[in-house]
Amino acid sequence: MAAVIDTLIQGFLLGGLYALFATGLSLAFGVMRFVNIAHGDFIVLGAYVALAVLAVLPMPPFAAALVVVPVMAAAGYVVQRYVLNRTLSRDPLPALLVTFGLSVIVQNVLLEVFSGDTRRLDAGALATASISLGGDLAIGVFPLLTLGIAVALILGLQLLFARTALGRALRATSDDREIVQLMGVNPKLIYGLAMALASATVGLAGVVLGMTKAFEPLLGPPQLLYAFEAVIIGGLGSLWGTLAGGMILGVAQTVGFRVDPGWGVLFGHLAFLGVLLLRPTGLFPKTRDR
Amino acid sequence: MTNLHFSVQRSTALSRVGLPAGLLLIGLLASFPLWGGSDKMSTLVEFLYFLALAQMWNLLAGYGGLVSIGQQAFIGLGAYALVVLTTVLGVNPFASVLLAGAVAGLVAWPSAKLLFRLQGPYFAIGSWVLAEVLRLVFANLPQLGGGSGTSITSAVQEIDPWWREALTFWSALLVGAGSVTAVYWLLRHRQGLALTAVRDSEAASESLGVSVRRVKLGVYLFAAIGTGVIGALIFLTKLRVSPEAAFSVEWSALVIFIVVIGGVGTVEGPVVGTLIYFVLRNFLADYGSWYLIVLGALAIAVMLFFPRGLWGSLQQRFDLRLFPVQRRLKLEPEPAKDEAAKTAAPGRAYQV
Repeated sequence: MAAVIDTLIQGFLLGGLYALFATGLSLAFGVMRFVNIAHGDFIVLGAYVALAVLAVLPMPPFAAALVVVPVMAAAGYVVQRYVLNRTLSRDPLPALLVTFGLSVIVQNVLLEVFSGDTRRLDAGALATASISLGGDLAIGVFPLLTLGIAVALILGLQLLFARTALGRALRATSDDREIVQLMGVNPKLIYGLAMALASATVGLAGVVLGMTKAFEPLLGPPQLLYAFEAVIIGGLGSLWGTLAGGMILGVAQTVGFRVDPGWGVLFGHLAFLGVLLLRPTGLFPKTRDR
Repeated sequence: MTNLHFSVQRSTALSRVGLPAGLLLIGLLASFPLWGGSDKMSTLVEFLYFLALAQMWNLLAGYGGLVSIGQQAFIGLGAYALVVLTTVLGVNPFASVLLAGAVAGLVAWPSAKLLFRLQGPYFAIGSWVLAEVLRLVFANLPQLGGGSGTSITSAVQEIDPWWREALTFWSALLVGAGSVTAVYWLLRHRQGLALTAVRDSEAASESLGVSVRRVKLGVYLFAAIGTGVIGALIFLTKLRVSPEAAFSVEWSALVIFIVVIGGVGTVEGPVVGTLIYFVLRNFLADYGSWYLIVLGALAIAVMLFFPRGLWGSLQQRFDLRLFPVQRRLKLEPEPAKDEAAKTAAPGRAYQV
């Protein structure tokens, strides 16, 4: 029984990390109906930016987020306005190809600049601290903090969507990008801001990734797949759904790892395919695809 | 206007020159093992299988509208089918290459049922997940070498080295030229018309009685079988199969860049793209991963500024068609009856 509870807890905590990875992807999905293949590579890029920042200014890794998040947000805005906005159309190929190209470029530039060695952002005592729950059960402080960050981030984004003028413009553009222009909203600007917001979460996810595990330039694609699976399991356009999707994925992977260390990731993928088979629209769908 | 004097033109000046030239080239290449060097031969084999992969992906994405980044699933399946058929069942390696296509097709059928629930970009990543599932399954099969993979050397070492190289080369030629011919043939017939219609508008073609689902399923299976055969051939030349190499997403990256640079949705595009890829790779061979960076940047630039690709842009500008798949209606003047028709009609062509 303790093993079951432990597996569930570890799974939920891992799910918090995946939800954090997936938030930016879900946001871009929701507003622009657009899949960024380079999403995972941007997360890894965020971790490397943090690494570079910490090499210049020694400080606690979380403080590096104060630099990484605005840098990634600005980069996201620029890439969206000057590159990705040109690719958005009914045809999925241009956006896919361009972000796939960006993915390959980011990976190989990181390889050239930082080599293929694994790196880590040193979290100090935080990395190993844990809270005992009695018996053999213990919760790592850092994974718990990650889950807390993911929940706070989603809560913050929900408030932004529900209560602010920007949120209203984002929702309206998501619903109909032609009509909002009649209301004086420039969809291209809104898309740029949506990507800036998504990239800010990506920057945060990068810092957390770097503190959670060792990373290397080619770690991006698996993170994209986990994020994508969390979004699809949860249902398109629903951020809370994405959190639930991340948790289901996290539990499936943790169960797999318990059965056989080689099966963890596979179990996650199979859970995704299972949901796809039984509920193609995900568990909590909100946005309908036009 | 009731001008009923017309002819349907299906060839172009370029295609009339191209056909004999192409046959001559294939004949010349077929004799290559008799006079060509071994290293040139292996480069040509590589060229031919990239060309074939590009044709398959182009059929899938450019015509079927199924943008996949998971075709490495079938490359890997073909490779492992080759392993099992040759080392376990003792089938002839070259026969195994063909049979590998059937294995890929068998897996593609249920995969399609699952993946077709996803649309557009979601389908793309879903197909990638499927490839990852297969990679992890094969990495967890100790009978096939697990994560470190296995070798098929034992299955081919009885064959005389010259014959092995020559037969591999001829298989590659068959696969390379065959893929171009098969796609071209397909597009010139009924199925091609349905495919092109689906590419241009799913709703409109559905209303004209084309079953979009069936067309897409057909294309998916065709591309999977073709890719399975190519995958087996690739690893027949490499002799070592590992899950990392066989199911690597880099296959998809290279093939997609090749097709986009050459021109999506044309038969000529993959040929042009593969040529450009080999030239680039040759020039940037000493710069490590820079060739991938350059290739990726080139693909992005082409997509943004010449979405039809290099051949597509040339085709649009100069009306070049080496592999014409369209039907052109050529109106002829009615024999000396109506003066007006005479001035209006000659030489005017309508294109379908």
